[in-house]
Amino acid sequence: MDKDVLELKRMANRLRQDILTMLVPAKSGHPGGSLSAAEIVTVLYFREMRLRPQEPHWSERDRFVLSKGHAAPVLYAALAEKGYFPREELLGLRQTGRMLQGHPDMKKTPGVDMSTGSLGQGLSAANGMALAGKLDKKDYRVYVLLGDGEMAEGQVWEAAMASAHFKLDNLTAILDLNGLQIDGRTDEVMSSAPLPEKWRAFGWHVIEVDGHDVGALQRALAEARTTAGRPTILIAKTVKGKGVSFMENAVGWHGAAPNAEQGQQGLKELREEAVHLG
Amino acid sequence: MNVKEIKAPRVAYGETLVALGEETHSIVVLDADLAHATTTNLFGEKFPERFFNMGIAEQNLMGVASGLSLAGFVPFASTFAIFGSGRAFEQVRNTICYPKLNVKIGVTHAGVTVGEDGGSHQAIEDISLMRSIPNMTVVVPADAVETAKAVRAAAAYDGPVYLRIARPPAPVFIGEDSEFVIGKANVLREGKDICLCAAGLMVFKAMEAAEVLQASGIEATVVNFHTIKPIDKQLLLELAQKIDKMITVEEHSVIGGLGSAVAEVLSECRLATVKRIGVEDKFGQSGTPDQLLEAYGLTSANIVATAKAMLT
Repeated sequence: MDKDVLELKRMANRLRQDILTMLVPAKSGHPGGSLSAAEIVTVLYFREMRLRPQEPHWSERDRFVLSKGHAAPVLYAALAEKGYFPREELLGLRQTGRMLQGHPDMKKTPGVDMSTGSLGQGLSAANGMALAGKLDKKDYRVYVLLGDGEMAEGQVWEAAMASAHFKLDNLTAILDLNGLQIDGRTDEVMSSAPLPEKWRAFGWHVIEVDGHDVGALQRALAEARTTAGRPTILIAKTVKGKGVSFMENAVGWHGAAPNAEQGQQGLKELREEAVHLG
Repeated sequence: MNVKEIKAPRVAYGETLVALGEETHSIVVLDADLAHATTTNLFGEKFPERFFNMGIAEQNLMGVASGLSLAGFVPFASTFAIFGSGRAFEQVRNTICYPKLNVKIGVTHAGVTVGEDGGSHQAIEDISLMRSIPNMTVVVPADAVETAKAVRAAAAYDGPVYLRIARPPAPVFIGEDSEFVIGKANVLREGKDICLCAAGLMVFKAMEAAEVLQASGIEATVVNFHTIKPIDKQLLLELAQKIDKMITVEEHSVIGGLGSAVAEVLSECRLATVKRIGVEDKFGQSGTPDQLLEAYGLTSANIVATAKAMLT
């Protein structure tokens, strides 16, 4: 396997282990949609984005908006790995007085660029950041991670229209297409298909990609960077709960934390994968 | 009371944005297809690169404003009061106030003086909605001159501000040299018998009422509560020590607006009785602004009658 690919796969595995490690003591939270986005967040934070973890508000940094804010654990795991805050903070997730809120809070957590959690709102904020970059003639890029259940929010489409209208080619959206939401399969709860056609019709450059293939994700992000005159969306096919056998494609793991035993079982599987990755 | 001219506060809004735009590059203005009505088109014509028409999409409007503020811009997001406070309530709460971003929500067409468009477009609950959100400041200027002062004060303040601006042409009576400090109410007239606390276009009505009351030997204090949140608690308590009868007057529901804010403060000190004049828990309707003010009791005559009833 390519050395870089292997390295990224190892990092995604680490983020997954961190997700379980922080959710067990938290006793609540969202493992499924955090695990599905591990490769996406890994590629963004460890390859694609220009960042200065020691200077979280650096004006030239690339921005990231986690519109599917319930996947906060995967973001926190990446931020801790990057050194935005001590790893011990991960064990304080969702606890009173601690910095890691149930959903991202930019006022409490270093490295969080926008407070999110109420679905449908992240792309609008990302639009504003991208417009600001154009106005200031700065070359930073703005990334936003959306969920597929979130596609039912009308504001997403208001925002999608505006990104294309203002030709925000410094903006890249990534859609974590894991196929499940709280109440069931997205195609049963509220069908949003066909998503590639919808985004194309809204004026976006669409790239369909395997959301667990770190090489393909990097190539897609590079294509987004060189696509001028319109925003790009990566429609990333993923498996909800990816990496933990009993969580994969299981609706019940959208918003339930593993207990200690389940956490141990999941960590055992992930450690075995890590050994396999060398 | 010296009336200098008749001018719509919303026009002062657009003009002041242009003036601010000339002074600083950081001012950006967004609208949602109502630029000619809110008068932000004045800014758009002068600074097209810093003006963004978001179309009829108020939720996205608020989110984009939040993103712009994060890069150091000072966005004024404009639409009608009903949409800015109602349609986009949760966006205002979660993407502007929760992270305490430096976004100004400049809304026009508030209250029943929207007029002929009718109840669907007349926000009478917006102050209540906006006042309940932590980190939010709520400002309701009384006339065109005060609107200009309020826009400047909002731009200078670091944090979310809801600026509620009236639509119709209205008497300009606030002095150019009057002080405007967010959170500090202005005493316009002093009298020992009763205190009239008013906001927005109702400040002028309260001043008219005070003149009529004077002719009947009743001395009224009139206070311009241009800031509903934070309410000037200190002034209210000082006034209540001296005057035990108060009337609040606002072009808004009696639920949750200025009347509620005043009653919340005074109910904890038990120094004064408060009567609230406002829209009595009902929707607006079509009509001319003056007819509607009459229909909802938002007149100097009703203030006079209420004051006399309290004093007998």
